[in-house]
Amino acid sequence: MFNQKKFIVSHSPFWHDGSGITSRSYNILIAALPAVIMGIYLYGIPALGVVALSIASAMLWELGYNRVTGQAPTVGDGNAAVIGMIFAMLLPPVLPWWIIITGTLIAVVIGKQIYGGIGGNPFNPAVLAFAILALSWGHYFDFDAAVVNYDYGFAAIYPVAYPLKAVKHAASYPQFYDVQSVVSMFSPMDLLMGREVGAIGATFGLGLILGGLYLIIRGFIRWEISVSFLGGIFFTAMIFNAIDPANYAGPLFHLLTGYTLLAAFFLATEDSSSPVNFVPMLIYGAVAGVVTILIRNIGAYADGVIYAILIVNLINPLLDKIRPRALGKVV
Amino acid sequence: MIKRSFFGLTQPRFHYEAVRDVPRSPDQMPVPGQVRLFVREAFDGKFPLVLQKGDRVRTGQKLVPFDGSDAYVISSVTGTVSGISPYTGDFGQTYTDITIDAEPEDEFDEAFKAAVDEQGIEAGRDFLATVPGGLPLAEMLDSGHHVDTLIVCGIERDLLTVTHQAVMSSQTEAMNLGVSILKRLLGVHKVVLAMPQNIIREAGTIGGASGVEIRPIDTTYPAAKPKLIMRDVMGQEIPADKRCEDYGIFFVSAEAVASVGKAFDKGRIPVTKTVTVIRKDLSKVVMEVRMGTAVGDIFNELGISVRDRDRIVIGGPMTGSAIYALEHPVLQDTDTIMVQDSSDIPDVMNNPCINCGECVRICPADIPVNMLVRLLEARQYEIAADDYDLHSCVECGLCSFVCPSKIPIFQYIQLGKYELARIRKEEEEATDV
Repeated sequence: MFNQKKFIVSHSPFWHDGSGITSRSYNILIAALPAVIMGIYLYGIPALGVVALSIASAMLWELGYNRVTGQAPTVGDGNAAVIGMIFAMLLPPVLPWWIIITGTLIAVVIGKQIYGGIGGNPFNPAVLAFAILALSWGHYFDFDAAVVNYDYGFAAIYPVAYPLKAVKHAASYPQFYDVQSVVSMFSPMDLLMGREVGAIGATFGLGLILGGLYLIIRGFIRWEISVSFLGGIFFTAMIFNAIDPANYAGPLFHLLTGYTLLAAFFLATEDSSSPVNFVPMLIYGAVAGVVTILIRNIGAYADGVIYAILIVNLINPLLDKIRPRALGKVV
Repeated sequence: MIKRSFFGLTQPRFHYEAVRDVPRSPDQMPVPGQVRLFVREAFDGKFPLVLQKGDRVRTGQKLVPFDGSDAYVISSVTGTVSGISPYTGDFGQTYTDITIDAEPEDEFDEAFKAAVDEQGIEAGRDFLATVPGGLPLAEMLDSGHHVDTLIVCGIERDLLTVTHQAVMSSQTEAMNLGVSILKRLLGVHKVVLAMPQNIIREAGTIGGASGVEIRPIDTTYPAAKPKLIMRDVMGQEIPADKRCEDYGIFFVSAEAVASVGKAFDKGRIPVTKTVTVIRKDLSKVVMEVRMGTAVGDIFNELGISVRDRDRIVIGGPMTGSAIYALEHPVLQDTDTIMVQDSSDIPDVMNNPCINCGECVRICPADIPVNMLVRLLEARQYEIAADDYDLHSCVECGLCSFVCPSKIPIFQYIQLGKYELARIRKEEEEATDV
């Protein structure tokens, strides 16, 4: 028995399909790149600084948290980098450094780690951090103010160029503006190609769609959530527009502006805070879409995506109770 | 190993092996120098031992090691008992391990033949519990059960395996005989042979004469799991906390049926087991070996070399169990022996569940695996069983296969079921006293 060979003994199955958290994270980063690179191309070095600082600080906060709590480092799974990247995509191109590192602290530590780390967070960490910051220092998140020193040359009703805000502005001053003519200033092609004022990673619609399709085809996000979210936006906006076109923009405008596409492919689809069953995914996406348009059209905020996502994150555990009956389960 | 495809939108689908060129007669392995036979009775001094070291045994002889226990095993060789020791298998299963030094020439024991001459088919009651292929005879004959339907499973238990197909294509007559004997012995009226469409065509003669109902079965893994056969082939869903056996439905493998047929045909209980040996490069050999042959002896015969940190799997890649010693014997349900190179062994990690839902979507029993695994990790077995369908699991292993966090979900599920059974048993014992 002394020269007994030592074999590996473990429980079945003895195969694995080779998927991993790290490759999921890296693929999400890759999918986000087109939109982010376009944002950096449009707004230059300040935007690059925001993205780099956001990703780097998110990873450092994660590492710091690991150190403090005595966990093995989890930076390698790439999730902190994804949070940093997505948080940066939500931000305006010019922002003080301390806001960014405060934001990533909230995202990584309060948004994720205190719930037990990856997979335990009830809210999308980046969205939660953005919501808290936007409530705390709202004026830094005014996209028009952020790019005030840029000569961007996009469509605008001076001094408002951020499309959603421009439409809201127009609707509140019907004596000066006509909503539909303001909407028609922002051509769908401009919005798709990133010729609009907005967040770093949210303006290049085409890039977001390509990245999202890549993630859907590779199976890293679920099409059910993306499609139902866009559907929810489209139909709700269409109803508003049909009832009162003088006050509300059409569905296509809402699909291509603000955080809509970013949310459809990167925010709402976050694994931990979204459902896994088929019907719940459809409801989840649709509710997020409906709430987004409700906030945009009759709420106080220009863009409703952030709060819509947080609200559906809240109902996610309840939604996931709608599930198929398991084998042999007698009702 | 089957890897995740680039396109991950749809779930991977695996098919049970369906090979047309299964050898008609598997390679025969010569009698090994030593065999080990496991008797399903703990060697704990509860019963006095009647089988002694040095006793001479003949091939086909019924070995009853204890006075007072009915547990027995059929010797697969002629030789001398060289050791009797306790053996503990997976999940605390206890056995008595009888080692026999074999002689190359067989001397057959005629007790079974004599019993058949005297009692006819009834002789099977006392001799067939350990036939190659595995037959749950004790439970079938238990007066508490009535065997209502016998389902002969013409599909393998796991991927890559071709054992039962080899048996079906080469032992058609034995299977027909086995079916009719089991029908009479157990008094069952309904025998269903579930087999893949392509084998139905090739092995069409099985069951033709003996009034067996042949039903096609899907070849997508895990369609051959008993509860899935019940749902998809028989159209009857068995409640999660019940076993098919509770409804008088018993599953037997094709090889077990053929073994019963051969036993009555020749008057000798078969002592060889058909096994599929899967090499590191996934090439397959079908061998017929004596029951109790050490895995290492089979490797020597086939020229398979194993190194430290390799893995040897009894059963297939999805549901088998890894063994730690080359001395492990071939048992009645050892359909497959698989060798895995150390470089092919995937990691298991302690990442938490990321709630991606891959397991939920691939689960054939529609279990909310993402919730279940959280409870199992926290050892909340009762809640797991009551609210998250632990007992619905058909034990296919697909959840662990697709898990990006590489959580050993299947192991957690098995452990949860085992712990619950243990707790229930303790509670019952406590209330009895």
